[in-house]
Amino acid sequence: MSEQGDALLKVRGLEKHFPITKGVLRRQVGAVRAVDGIDFEVYRGETLGLVGESGCGKSTTGKLLTRLIEPTGGSIELDGRDIAHLRQGQLRPLRRDMQMIFQDPFSSLNPRHTVGTIVGAPFRIQNVKTEHGVKRAVQDLLKLVGLNPEHYNRYPHEFSGGQRQRIGIARTLALRPKLIVADEPVSALDVSIQAQVVNLLEDLQNEFGLTYVFIAHDLSVVRHISDRVAVMYLGKVVEIADRETLYANPRHPYTVALLSAVPVPDPARRDRAQRNRVLLTGDVPSPINPPSGCRFRTRCWKAQEICATEEPPLVPRLDDPASHQTACHFPVVEGEEVAGRTPATTSA
Amino acid sequence: MVVGPGTVSDQGPIAPDPATGADPAKGAAPGKAIEGRSLSRIAWTRLKRDRVAMGGGLVVGFLILVAVFAPWIVDLLGAPPNQFHQDLIDVNTLAPKGGTGISGDHLFGVEPQNGRDIFSRVVYGARISLLIAFLATLLSVLIGSTLGVIAGYFGGWVDSLISRAMDVFLAFPLLVFSIALAGVIPDTAFGLSGDALRIALLIFIIGFFSWPYIGRIVRGQTLSLREREFVDAARSLGARGPYIIFKEMLPNLVAPILVYATLLIPTNILFEAALSFLGVGIRPPTASWGGMLSEAARFYTIWHFMFFPGMAIFITVLAFNLFGDGLRDALDPKGRR
Repeated sequence: MSEQGDALLKVRGLEKHFPITKGVLRRQVGAVRAVDGIDFEVYRGETLGLVGESGCGKSTTGKLLTRLIEPTGGSIELDGRDIAHLRQGQLRPLRRDMQMIFQDPFSSLNPRHTVGTIVGAPFRIQNVKTEHGVKRAVQDLLKLVGLNPEHYNRYPHEFSGGQRQRIGIARTLALRPKLIVADEPVSALDVSIQAQVVNLLEDLQNEFGLTYVFIAHDLSVVRHISDRVAVMYLGKVVEIADRETLYANPRHPYTVALLSAVPVPDPARRDRAQRNRVLLTGDVPSPINPPSGCRFRTRCWKAQEICATEEPPLVPRLDDPASHQTACHFPVVEGEEVAGRTPATTSA
Repeated sequence: MVVGPGTVSDQGPIAPDPATGADPAKGAAPGKAIEGRSLSRIAWTRLKRDRVAMGGGLVVGFLILVAVFAPWIVDLLGAPPNQFHQDLIDVNTLAPKGGTGISGDHLFGVEPQNGRDIFSRVVYGARISLLIAFLATLLSVLIGSTLGVIAGYFGGWVDSLISRAMDVFLAFPLLVFSIALAGVIPDTAFGLSGDALRIALLIFIIGFFSWPYIGRIVRGQTLSLREREFVDAARSLGARGPYIIFKEMLPNLVAPILVYATLLIPTNILFEAALSFLGVGIRPPTASWGGMLSEAARFYTIWHFMFFPGMAIFITVLAFNLFGDGLRDALDPKGRR
């Protein structure tokens, strides 16, 4: 699906540092480098999965892309226009082109508003005239996401989590955006409902030619929906590749470890998976004072001296195509024996 | 997962069919919109079930009616509040003849010494008490909500400034200030004179110094609302500050403001009574509950003079508190996010 070359979104050197202040005078004593210089493109009509563990900056990236927070540096080009440093007033008309789906369906809908008010809010805020009135437009949207349009006058608390997330998606679609940033849209839902919502997102993508940035920590969900996947670690993109390539042939040691942690539902295969687990030692370093050079070196079994002194650029490694980029001095080769793997024990 | 009353089970189709237009058909008659139950309607249902709160509410309603229709009530059941009935007073002891003077004409008896009708004075006192308490509360709600929302929404130095101002107001020795102020105010000021000036001044003093109670609660609520994702959602749609404050946040702030306003009213009634008792509030001969208690204190052996205004204050404060507590329970956001 991804016709390379036609990028809807182009992110260059994006940074977000949250200042840490001290004392009455709010003197800045440091910064949490939540997102510390990331580059990627999102092509028209594709889904880019953004994965990483808690606190790696993926949600911050999502909020930066939709300009809910102000980037410290870098550029975000949407449709060829840099929106990274536009003022909110200049940004308002552009907001129609990019929308966000939120994580918590219980917090993302105002409990005091009816479904009609919530889904109709985009029309009112953006002052969009609809052909048959706002009510008709809202009911069409509800139908589109698989809800009963008769529920127009109901309140969010009368719906289940999955239905609420559908309401949120209906609101997102109201202005027919080009880009949708979905920030963990299914992680607050039951597994059975997750599939329904993910399928809904895919159907909508096919129908409207939407482009998604899909943020998640659940690698199985990302594998299902994404065309390409970017792996983040401590505010950096460490590897980015086509879904198939990334899952079959991960280059970055962190990606290898992350993929080995995916739970295997089949008990027959679980034993083998257990043996192939890569156990990382230690904790994620603090983003206030990240390690020099490669940020993963403190937990990497392949780390050498150069990793501490020189930050590896995100480029194609070994004989990879240009679409598979890895930020590592010593990329993992296919079939390589990985030192961090737990020894084959008589588990279970 | 929080399941509110009327929750519909999640049985939507796995994917909508855009061609036919998915029709989940959840038992609704076609063409007829389903009316949702809003949070306020649920709260009202809950409040109706709370008998203590409803009792308090009924008493509050009754008191308001009494205050509004005071002249008619007194016409029917009493004598004018400032009319002397010295024929009912024992000239030697100054006490009413027969101890209290309670009779068909004077339901609560008459005052010692000058024989004024206690019933009509209590009824007129309700006017003063409720008027001052309501308007003072309104003033503090206006100031408190505005500054609370501003502090919570904008944060930073604005928040620091307003929060420190609240601390200063709460630490202010209000009673001492009021007593001092009473000594220096002229008989005529701001185009007002006599009782009108006194009432306006009391409303201003009480209202102006009790806004931090509301302000703190509104600030806290605003701070937590600001972090909710629906505010982010509105911002990502391009909503401006006023839209977010008035359309997204304010509907969620009405409940706590209402509850704390209801609980602030009895406090203000007590404060007004205390000021009048100390001679700082409403001046005699205008009837006020605190002022009556103050006069009654000179005749402490004559029980009914103190009993009726005291009971009036007690019942009013209790009724408001019970109603306010019930309202808080009914609107309690816990259990429903």
